Amino acid sequence: MLSSTEATGKPVVRLGDRLFSGTARLAAMLIMVALAGVAVFLVVEGLPGLSAPADIYRPADDFWSYVGPLVWGTVLAAVVALVIAIPFSVGLALFISHYAPPRIAGPIAYVIDLLAAIPSVVYGLWGGLALAHWMTPSINWLYDNLGFIPFFAGPPSVTGRTMLTAGIVLSIMVIPITTAISREVFAQTPRLHEEAAMALGATRWETIRLAVFPYAKSGVVSGVMLGLGRALGETMAVAMVLSATPVVTLNLISNSNPATIASNIAANYKEATPDRQSLLIATGLVLFIVTFVVNFIARLIVARSERNVTR
Amino acid sequence: MAKSIDVSDLDIYYGDFKAVEGVNMTIRAKAVTAFIGPSGCGKSTFLRALNRMHEVIPGARVEGKVIVSGQSLYEPGIDPVAVRRQIGMVFQRPNPFPTMSIYENVLAGMRLNSKKISKSDADAIVERSLQGANLWTEVKDRLSKPGMGLSGGQQQRLCIARAIAVSPEVLLMDEPCSALDPISTSAIEDLIHELKSEYTIVIVTHNMQQAARVSDDTGFFNLKATGEPGHLVEFNPTNKMFTNPDEESTEAYISGRFG
Repeated sequence: MLSSTEATGKPVVRLGDRLFSGTARLAAMLIMVALAGVAVFLVVEGLPGLSAPADIYRPADDFWSYVGPLVWGTVLAAVVALVIAIPFSVGLALFISHYAPPRIAGPIAYVIDLLAAIPSVVYGLWGGLALAHWMTPSINWLYDNLGFIPFFAGPPSVTGRTMLTAGIVLSIMVIPITTAISREVFAQTPRLHEEAAMALGATRWETIRLAVFPYAKSGVVSGVMLGLGRALGETMAVAMVLSATPVVTLNLISNSNPATIASNIAANYKEATPDRQSLLIATGLVLFIVTFVVNFIARLIVARSERNVTR
Repeated sequence: MAKSIDVSDLDIYYGDFKAVEGVNMTIRAKAVTAFIGPSGCGKSTFLRALNRMHEVIPGARVEGKVIVSGQSLYEPGIDPVAVRRQIGMVFQRPNPFPTMSIYENVLAGMRLNSKKISKSDADAIVERSLQGANLWTEVKDRLSKPGMGLSGGQQQRLCIARAIAVSPEVLLMDEPCSALDPISTSAIEDLIHELKSEYTIVIVTHNMQQAARVSDDTGFFNLKATGEPGHLVEFNPTNKMFTNPDEESTEAYISGRFG
């Protein structure tokens, strides 16, 4: 066998290797092509929407004042969702990977994974009908006791269909994804590092702080980013909870809430004129860019904190 | 504050499986005690039972007594965390915390034990511990560099510095040189010699020459048969163990006729 390579002078290439690397490369390229395709579509179809006649933008006058409240609503809803979801997800993931006995941890993990499979319309129905109703007392309480904080400035909504409710619905949709990924990286913490901490007399929590969190940090951020993607892009759940007003406000508990870009598209696309459609596509382009920027910033933060560690 | 350890009738179980059976021994203070024996004979398990590190594995439990200076480690009210603060451990593979600098690695245990340390105290502890681990001159100019950037032997000495920074009474070492080259190994062995003036040291090793070189007492563990629990065959001063052991199987193992 050896002599045959020497004779031809060519390196040996196995068919299986070539097949596999070819398939992998194809898959990677297809994703890039799909992404580029989406970007091109958004730019081509959306550009007219940037400079249409003024009446297209009603109730606003131009593109930026039309899309501004939507971007604000999108980011606000996502931030509220993440603020609620991150502590829950990390806590849940830790419970499953480090605290719960295996007998309980398995079923809990399974149920949380199931949450991810529930369609967003169902979450929207539940949020708009059930959760909004239950939220009214809490909203009144927040207004009465914490009304001095701009987030709870009120006046409190009587229907409970508020940004806070939408954020909670979104957070429940984000939790399964973030939990699943955090759980995996927590569980992969090298035993060696955990034992190092324990041998120094670390308690369970100190072991987690000393060995698990530093190891899992970048993985958890990945999980949060995936969750954020879901929160930014969610349409139905938000559209079914919020009745939208184009305002920019920090107020989470009033009746006037900005829609998110995605829910605005979902709510208006069907009955839109072609001009209006290209406006909506242009807002889609803005969402595309917002998502990129947010992801990029998050990656930058992780990369920087990791560089601090290794250098 | 080195302490002696008295072990009586110690059985160690993993669930229903009895891993180690009926160990009796007295580990002297300020001396080096080595455990030798074939793989799977329970010597590492036994070592871990001395600071309750075996409890990391679910279902692990012991019967019998381990007494360190009059205090039984397995009394119901005893917190394993407190035990491990008194009885430090160094592992087979060097395991500095990957996200921490050399400086922070040494202080990791101190940060757990006491809430606030002044900068000057911290500096003093780091210097004393690194000097104690014969690492100070090699790293004193790069204390802020990550611990993972050191060579394997230096990493292991960093782990020893981290363990002695909290001033334990006993230092357990689980095959501390098995992942190191001969030069690093000899550096660690020299260090063990120096450390025994202050600490009680227990070391598990696969290397019989190492046991002969570093230890004052040696325990030989073996399995009665495959699937049977490991037990302590012989425990004697190292000199006697390697020249004129009481048991025939000890001699067979040491002279290489088996194992």
